[in-house]
Amino acid sequence: MEVDPFIFRLSIFVLSIFVGYYVVWSVTPSLHTPLMSVTNAISSVIIVGAIIAASGLTSGAGFEFSNILGFFAIVLAAINIFGGFLVTQRMLQMYKKKKKSKNN
Amino acid sequence: MSTSLAAILYLISGILFILALRGLSSPETSRRGNFFGILGMITAIVVTFLSINILFNGLIYILIALALGGSLGSIIAYRIPMTAMPQLVAGFHSLVGLAAVFVALSAFYSPQFFGLGTPHNIKIASLIEMSLGASIGAITFTGSIIAFLKLQGLMSGTPIIFKGQHFINLLIGVGIVGVIFYLINNQNNNIFWLLIIASLLIGVLLIIPIGGADMPVVISMLNSYSGWAAAGIGFTLENTALIITGALVGSSGAILSYIMCKGMNRSFFNVILGGFGGNNLAEHDKKERKPVKSGNAEDAAFLMKNASSVIIVPGYGMAVAQAQHAIREMADNLKKNGVRVTYAIHPVAGRMPGHMNVLLAEANVPYDEVFELENINSDFANTDVAFVIGANDVTNPIAKTDPKSPIYGMPILDVEKSKSVLFVKRSLSPGYAGIDNELFYRDNTLMLFADAKKMTENIVKNLD
Repeated sequence: MEVDPFIFRLSIFVLSIFVGYYVVWSVTPSLHTPLMSVTNAISSVIIVGAIIAASGLTSGAGFEFSNILGFFAIVLAAINIFGGFLVTQRMLQMYKKKKKSKNN
Repeated sequence: MSTSLAAILYLISGILFILALRGLSSPETSRRGNFFGILGMITAIVVTFLSINILFNGLIYILIALALGGSLGSIIAYRIPMTAMPQLVAGFHSLVGLAAVFVALSAFYSPQFFGLGTPHNIKIASLIEMSLGASIGAITFTGSIIAFLKLQGLMSGTPIIFKGQHFINLLIGVGIVGVIFYLINNQNNNIFWLLIIASLLIGVLLIIPIGGADMPVVISMLNSYSGWAAAGIGFTLENTALIITGALVGSSGAILSYIMCKGMNRSFFNVILGGFGGNNLAEHDKKERKPVKSGNAEDAAFLMKNASSVIIVPGYGMAVAQAQHAIREMADNLKKNGVRVTYAIHPVAGRMPGHMNVLLAEANVPYDEVFELENINSDFANTDVAFVIGANDVTNPIAKTDPKSPIYGMPILDVEKSKSVLFVKRSLSPGYAGIDNELFYRDNTLMLFADAKKMTENIVKNLD
């Protein structure tokens, strides 16, 4: 008997929730804002679906409603990807350790 | 590219995202973590390009869309001031939500693009998955917009409450589930739109009753929702990268919500049902005002210069006044005088998790001088001066003594234990919880009535 592929995906999903649980608890509280902005950026991997939607073709037809939705979804996801990673980078650059020569 | 190879590469992209979050366990590894995240994203996008069948014409439009979004995002990322980070994150969440709605709609109208069947004859499992993705995406979209408007100050932070609110929400919630079941038997375009519209509506209704200072919970919750929406779409597209990411982001947001709720000793439902804050104001005004000691910058400078240790306690007021740079200047000056300066951060200080830490980092405060509540609370007893700037409720000892108080049981920073307390505040007005802070009236408290930034700058002048 064959297992429904859905069950495999569900397994990945459930295990990823556990991985997420442990990884996120190990994030230092001082980096919680960068955590939010980076999770924002990575959840925009939804762009994968947007690209498929934009590039879909029904033989002979020009652009369809679904293609147009796909293009807009690409724009939205791209704003998030670039914006999210860059702003995270900008924040992380600011976290500096105490310079021993300067203080005390 | 073969489907199996693509699947493996998507898995790798998911693993890179896990490493991106793992990197955030310390500031030293965080930048490498972010690099892993970018690598994961590039992998996913390139694999998608290689696996789709595409006409040359279409590709151009896709690249234009990418370039347009990419340049907009980059401009925003470089221009945004650090103080606006909470509303930026809320705005970004709304975009993820809307993108999820668009992709789900596209999958509903043209399931053949995704290999899910033909229009109005979609596999039931896929239909449920895309309905969930669309619904959660729509809630994230409008919910985040309301959060954005509140954080940006375009909408009042006071809770909007009306009669039967929770009942209406419940009704719409049940309606959404009903619509999804109806869709299974009747794949009608209008029904799918009804689902989306009902979800957009409930997104608004869920967030309007929640007050301004509860926004840390709201942002974390919406962060979580955006993850679940992505996961729903991931199941629809049978894409591992999306499923892993959705699960990661979903649990990340959920944990942050939990930490924020714990920081206020309130249950998640208590926050979500809303209406907190602003209720006790009238009662407060009736109370007789006790005398307070108020001072000026000169007094504060004298007190701190002669102290051996100072703990700075920043709150949302510091962000509003943009006082972080002035504070760092003050700290540098004190250190030159041999004073030990550290910072104490309450988990719910500010409008989003880690808000104060980012602002202090922006002002070049070294992160190893900044401590979380549990690591610094015992130090207050051996500290000469606690300098509270723009914070109030998180220092209120009533949280320990009065079981009737709305903040009873909330973990507070024990500033009361230090030898003297300086409060920089514009007036004696109560904080978000609408309760008086008895610390204001104590003998060892000196109130500094002024704008946080101006007062700090004046103190710096007096330190020289």
